[in-house]
Amino acid sequence: MTAVQTRQQAAEESGRPATTHHVTKIPLTRLTLVELRKLADTRSGFWLLVVIGVASAGTAAILLSAAPAEEQRFFDLLSFGLAPATVLLPVLGVLSMTSEWSQRTALATFTLVPERGRVIAAKLLAGVLIAVAAVVAAVALSAVANLIAIGIGGDGSWHVTADQLGRLLLNQVIFLLMGAGFGALLMNSPLAIVLYFALPTVWSILGEMIKPLSTAAGWADLNITATPLSEPTMTSGQWARFGVSVAIWVVLPLILGTLRTLRREVS
Amino acid sequence: MISAEHLSKRYGSHPAVDDVSFTCEPGTVTGFLGPNGAGKSTTMRMICGLTPPTAGRATVDDRAYRRLGNPGRRIGVLLDASAQHPGRTGREVLTLAALTMGVPRQQVDAGLERVGLNKTAAKRRVKAYSLGMRQRLGLAYALLGDPGILILDEPANGLDPEGIFWMRGLLRDFADRGGTVLLSSHLLREVEAVADKLVVIGGGRIVAQGDKAELLAASGTVVKALDMPALRAALERAGLTGTETADGGVVVQADAEVIGRAAAEARLVLLELRPADSGGLEQMFLTLTAGETVKEVVR
Repeated sequence: MTAVQTRQQAAEESGRPATTHHVTKIPLTRLTLVELRKLADTRSGFWLLVVIGVASAGTAAILLSAAPAEEQRFFDLLSFGLAPATVLLPVLGVLSMTSEWSQRTALATFTLVPERGRVIAAKLLAGVLIAVAAVVAAVALSAVANLIAIGIGGDGSWHVTADQLGRLLLNQVIFLLMGAGFGALLMNSPLAIVLYFALPTVWSILGEMIKPLSTAAGWADLNITATPLSEPTMTSGQWARFGVSVAIWVVLPLILGTLRTLRREVS
Repeated sequence: MISAEHLSKRYGSHPAVDDVSFTCEPGTVTGFLGPNGAGKSTTMRMICGLTPPTAGRATVDDRAYRRLGNPGRRIGVLLDASAQHPGRTGREVLTLAALTMGVPRQQVDAGLERVGLNKTAAKRRVKAYSLGMRQRLGLAYALLGDPGILILDEPANGLDPEGIFWMRGLLRDFADRGGTVLLSSHLLREVEAVADKLVVIGGGRIVAQGDKAELLAASGTVVKALDMPALRAALERAGLTGTETADGGVVVQADAEVIGRAAAEARLVLLELRPADSGGLEQMFLTLTAGETVKEVVR
């Protein structure tokens, strides 16, 4: 209630309406922290994160018990350990966008932050931070697994380059952003999740079945073009194909989804 | 201060809100009255930048809502108490709002206490809240940023009589300390008790607005005669039109003297001749908005 009083006092003292005091925007860092918190403060978000962690640990256990000794080294453990995150983090990306509409929190969110583009930016930043955290956690987990591998007679090589690490991270970020793009565009959790998984697969199948499409599929199938990201090396040709499919599956849905979010009436 | 200037919103060919203009001044509670579907919520959403108007504009403290920067510190909004994530606790809902607005976290507990949600309720998920508790949480949400303006859509829904009384006190107090309140309702009685100004809307158009006292005073005169058919004929000769009340009288939009003279000329015995007061306003409200509810149901 003090704001009412101070505003009145300020108005009386300055002799002009209190309405002229300046506007301060909410900093993007604060919005990002809020969005990070929103990813984990509901049961679905919390358990999704737990499942990703447990599944990563599970993959390490599989490699240690079943893989040939020469594959039991840090890079393989890490790239395989990130596989569950590659599948599940995009779901978090989808939910970060769609839950505002399906749970009707958009009303409260956009009332407090009417510049909707900043909310979307904060959601994407929060998603990227989660992807970074997932990779950092996987690095720690894989290091432990590699120590065990050394103990049980595996290869145990620690060799990993910055380029390889960077590509593994990029892989996580890209698929999470693709999920977010699908979520922003479709605004409906089940629909966005199903289409996120189904559409690229359908495209892959079509590419294999129909001859004239196969060249196009090689450029536009993100499932194929992103595979080299998890391999030890990647050629410039592979980068080009990856770039084209990212434009189609990530950039385009994000742009259209942002436009739709900016325009949609909130009720 | 809230200002709506010629706000209109069309959905296809249906005008949900049609040329609505009003202002809400600091220190006053403005009651926004109308039947369900009259356009109250749409108008409020347009003020809050959630629905783009087809024509006209709305400002809060002389700025478009979207240009307010951190609006929660200036204007508290409660448009739909049920629009919260059911899986979050009451405290979590307020904590997120506090983080967004940059309000100290300690304010969250104080805010919950102010609206009568105790520690047990604060720890429960919104899913388990009754509508009344959601309204209280929504009010805490609106008040959290310590704003000078409040916009509340049907905040009394789901509150018990004690809760309604408490809320009236809170809003009155807020306005008396210089705050601006815009409060909607479809019940005249509910708003009458707390509002200084009334804006009555029906079918998307403003049908009456002004000072509550003036509207009450201008709501006509009740007249009752021993011989009612003769009275009706006398009023007709004098060019006065009236609407029948439930107890057999007539509410006429003229002052007592004019009616009294008309009756004396016809040598009629009057049983009643008095200002219609709130009953008249209710009559007006019902007449002005009659038929609109049907439109709403079929929309």
